[in-house]
Amino acid sequence: MIRIGIDVGGTNTDAVVMEGERVLASYKASTSADVTSGVSEALAGALKQSGVPANLIDVVALGTTHFTNAVVQRRDLIPTAAVRLGLPATQALPPMVDWSPDLRDAIGGHFYFAHGGHEFDGRPITPLDPDELRKIARDITKKKIRTVAVSSVFSPVNSEVERKAGEVLAAALPGVHITLSSDIGRIGLLERENAAIMNACLMDLSRGVIEAFRNSLEKNGITGRFFLTQNDGTLMDAALAERFPVLTFASGPTNSMRGATFLSGVKDGIVIDIGGTTTDVGSLKSGFPREASVAVEIGGVRTNFRMPDVFSIGLGGGSLVVDGDDGVTVGPRSVGYRLTKDAHIFGGKTLTTSDIIVAAGRADFGDRSKVKHLPPALITKTRARIMEMVANAVERTRLSPDPLPVIAVGGGSVLVDTKIGNLDVIKPKHFSCANAVGAAIAQISGEVDRVYRLSNSSREEAVADARERATQAAIAAGARADSVTIVDIEDVPIAYIPGNATRVRVKAVGELAL
Amino acid sequence: MSKKPLTSKTLAGSTTAKSATRPAVAHTPVVKSSATAKPPKPSVSAKLIDAAALEDIAVGGAILGTGGGGDPYIGKLMAQQAIRRHGPVRMIDVSELKDDDLVVPCAMMGAPTVMVEKIPQGDEILVAFRKLEKFLGRKINAILCAEAGGLNSTIPFVIGAMTGIPVVDADGMGRAYPEIQMVTWTMHGVSATPMVIVDDKGNNILLECIDNRWTERLARAATIEMGGSVLITLFPMSGKIARDASISGTLTLARRLGEILRESRAAHSDAVKAIQSKLGAATIFTGRVTDIDRRTVTGFARGEAKFAGVDEFRGHSYRIAFQNEFLIAEQDGTPIVTTPDLITLLDVDTGVPITTETLRFGLRVVAIE
Repeated sequence: MIRIGIDVGGTNTDAVVMEGERVLASYKASTSADVTSGVSEALAGALKQSGVPANLIDVVALGTTHFTNAVVQRRDLIPTAAVRLGLPATQALPPMVDWSPDLRDAIGGHFYFAHGGHEFDGRPITPLDPDELRKIARDITKKKIRTVAVSSVFSPVNSEVERKAGEVLAAALPGVHITLSSDIGRIGLLERENAAIMNACLMDLSRGVIEAFRNSLEKNGITGRFFLTQNDGTLMDAALAERFPVLTFASGPTNSMRGATFLSGVKDGIVIDIGGTTTDVGSLKSGFPREASVAVEIGGVRTNFRMPDVFSIGLGGGSLVVDGDDGVTVGPRSVGYRLTKDAHIFGGKTLTTSDIIVAAGRADFGDRSKVKHLPPALITKTRARIMEMVANAVERTRLSPDPLPVIAVGGGSVLVDTKIGNLDVIKPKHFSCANAVGAAIAQISGEVDRVYRLSNSSREEAVADARERATQAAIAAGARADSVTIVDIEDVPIAYIPGNATRVRVKAVGELAL
Repeated sequence: MSKKPLTSKTLAGSTTAKSATRPAVAHTPVVKSSATAKPPKPSVSAKLIDAAALEDIAVGGAILGTGGGGDPYIGKLMAQQAIRRHGPVRMIDVSELKDDDLVVPCAMMGAPTVMVEKIPQGDEILVAFRKLEKFLGRKINAILCAEAGGLNSTIPFVIGAMTGIPVVDADGMGRAYPEIQMVTWTMHGVSATPMVIVDDKGNNILLECIDNRWTERLARAATIEMGGSVLITLFPMSGKIARDASISGTLTLARRLGEILRESRAAHSDAVKAIQSKLGAATIFTGRVTDIDRRTVTGFARGEAKFAGVDEFRGHSYRIAFQNEFLIAEQDGTPIVTTPDLITLLDVDTGVPITTETLRFGLRVVAIE
């Protein structure tokens, strides 16, 4: 099977063509403001280099940090209304209460409390009031808000009220996007609601970006299946990703870590992925990214997704270097995709980390003669500062005193030396495209979500049955049978159905059969 | 076992209070501060608890919560919101209580699995306070923490900020326990009632019981009917009794544990070890969650979690049974640790405490006692 993996970062867009476990070609392009041309260029470049005709591509897997970056940088977010069902309960902590104020402001901070929601045992807290929702809809119309997130108390146990409210709002608000919290998250009202609101505020961007991706594939004559990689490193259909961009949030770091372990063969280590704007540091355990144990914050917002524990700092190949009175500062601001215009080595006027590293003779790209004038003291100081930043991030992520290897990947990894503290640095082949490789080898998943009546079977039998079904679903979707493992089991007792019912959700993942 | 309540006033057989007059959609929480309450004289040792201190108390509370008592996140946010609105809370030592002070513990009661989903309405705790004051015919002088573990390590600061009344650095168990009567105050013969129970819908109940087991029984039944999560005031006692019968310094311990976790993370040192050394805690096992059976029954989050041992515990299987809190740990089918020892689960890498409702498949944890 021939697959293409694409990684669309803030600075670079990388594409790799893989056949089985072999990397046939890799190509790095600049991310373009319109997204499309960068993806097209990377695709065309990689295809040409590989010599594989476009129509032979079976699968395209794309990972992107586009949506995460939008939230982190508070851009391209649209005003969103949060509607929470559960009155009179839950007013003690309104929607977005735990958000940083600038993000709340970026989407307008609009929220409404309405009646509805369930008690833990399935009784309604209060009945849903359609007139109340229509009144809210009128206010939403008046405020010209085009996207809504609905959350209801205990909706993962019973989503009926949330769906009904969604229907009432949809009827009253034609053309308005509605995200239901039960489609995204698990138990934990604030975390689930946060995810739903973030999803809703990304709707315009999501539609535009996924459409742009599709156009790029089409232009290059690719007809294979098109997936995006999601938080846990598995593939999701592009159409689903368009509706739930929030599920792609951690795909960048997940892909780079999986790509790094694949390319280097190292199963336990620390991965540093240095891009154009940021450096992500995470740890590998037995070949998998170490998962965060509790709530994960994204752009200062608490969520309860399963995602790798990654520490990010504002350091990359495009980071601004400023020689000030208090010494040299590097980042967090970056020229991003304008690197090839703004950096000195490309004839620009902004001093970046790339200029320093080329001037130091540690890398050779752009026009080296343009950085000859940089004073050696500045180069030394800047490189020391960069290594200090990286070493701190590695130290923070390092959770054992063992001398684990550091795998450096990403286009910006030219910034680091062969040692970080006392740790050896490995730069595997194709290191600069590790993210795209990670996307190309992304796992396939199989999921079941079934209600079992425990009057007919024991809980153990129900869970065993669900595990088997999820495993089979993963194999049917293309996973290699001997590689399938269960990554998530959640069982939520459903009190409102008689006969001791329980809803069992199981997710199985496996490597793509290559 | 139970002594006469502190008050001489009795309301024969009263279980329900009439007033459920709050409108269902009251948006703004009641923010009247009790200007009439006479706060105890400020003392040199009084500490001010601000929004930042709540971060540490909440983390430490989760460690002492032994998996239960609810994830303190919700309580922390409520307390921080109240502190931002009304100012920091004074925390005093038990020694600063006067003999005839009226001291009242307050708490959230119910299943932690409900609390993460159904957030309170907001006024419940204030209503519970005022109702009890009204019934006892006098103002409350200081707030006690019912349990220093879990969510309830933070609740006293919500009401402390709302009313300006100081919070006593003490509690009734030094941890979290599933039931009302399981406190040092019961051992000292203090009656749990009169007790006020308030739900998010505006219902409230005043309970008077013959002993603290009955209080647990009736209050639990009411809690379930009221939706599985309520705010309560109970165990009204004198300053003298509070001084003699409470476990002193437990909120400071919670705060210190939170600080240790924060500091050791910042210093990249072993957070689990640091917490163990502060608590004098041994390792029960290190393992990976292989199954969680968790349901909300009889008003509790009840169930069991199973683990496969890792590292030096490889080859063994473990099981922890819980009723809100982790109560028994077994190795290969044999009980090896039981309450009253604290059984706490920490994330193996970061030392972050894991509560019963956040436990999930695949997590790697270290169990300490």
